[in-house]
Amino acid sequence: MSINQKIVTDLVANRVEFVTTVPCKQLAGVIDEIEACPDIHHVPANKEDEGIGLCAGAFMGGKRPAIIMQNTALGVTFNTIATLTQFYRMPLPMLISYRGELGEPVACQVEMALHTKALLNQLHIPTYHFHNREDLRELDAILKHSFMCNKPVAVLTDATFWKGN
Amino acid sequence: MIRSEVLRDIAPVICEHLVVCNIGLPSQELHMIDDQPTNFYMLGTMGLSSSIGFGLALAQDKKVISIDGDGSVLTNLGTLPTIANNVADNYILLIIDNGSYGSTGDQPTYAGKKTSLAAVARACGCENVVECQAEDTKAALEAALAGDRMTIIVSKCESGNITVPVITLDPVVIRDRFMKQVRA
Repeated sequence: MSINQKIVTDLVANRVEFVTTVPCKQLAGVIDEIEACPDIHHVPANKEDEGIGLCAGAFMGGKRPAIIMQNTALGVTFNTIATLTQFYRMPLPMLISYRGELGEPVACQVEMALHTKALLNQLHIPTYHFHNREDLRELDAILKHSFMCNKPVAVLTDATFWKGN
Repeated sequence: MIRSEVLRDIAPVICEHLVVCNIGLPSQELHMIDDQPTNFYMLGTMGLSSSIGFGLALAQDKKVISIDGDGSVLTNLGTLPTIANNVADNYILLIIDNGSYGSTGDQPTYAGKKTSLAAVARACGCENVVECQAEDTKAALEAALAGDRMTIIVSKCESGNITVPVITLDPVVIRDRFMKQVRA
């Protein structure tokens, strides 16, 4: 099973039925897999805070949500995470491509990578870093954790991880 | 008519439906005029009333009304293409367009100048866009609720505010009682 298939299998097994995405080259395969999955309602968003708003509504409508996005966009999500997701106590698994790590070809991406973990830490968002393919084994537990505690949880997926696909 | 008068006028029409209400004075006014457990008051997050309401409409079958403002829609203009391209016929977006950022001191918005939000919504692909004067908002909303078609209403009203208390309800209480109504 490919990494993309395994991620979607874990989402479906945890009854995640509503996924919003903003694309990244590293995430292209998993986004295709989500679009093709009959158990998931895929709504592409134009911006990540908009996507988190959609997820909040879907959650209140009874569907477990998730967002797939790139780490460079974290900045636009913070007000939404703090004053919507966290303030109203809502779950939100965030599958984030961790651009700017080892193997990154674009120098500018490194600038946000430098801040990514510090910013997530500042927001008290439990954060898991997938570097090797084997790290994917924890995704199921991470999803369960987010829905158990009604909190956003971040999974950072770097270039080395995606090479294991 | 100013926004609070529009809200007072439409309160009997929206009171039995799921409503997501915009941050700041709109939520405070609706809370004061007619607090209902079917109202989700936004205490933060400017711009996302349409997105939260739309996600809710996509996730379940009951009708959902997002009450938004011109300033807030301008903050989250990307919402209109998303709404247009993922049609939910149980969804109504009511933009109360007073041409100003009411909650922050009535600074003018571009919607009160050259920019037409109704035209923007149509250009984004929204197929059922109604622009009306404030006095006709109630009728436009009743027509939208009677139809089974996703509708964007742009209600043009005057700028101005009344004095209202802040909402002291705990956010988790707002969410919990709202979700119980969603499930009811």
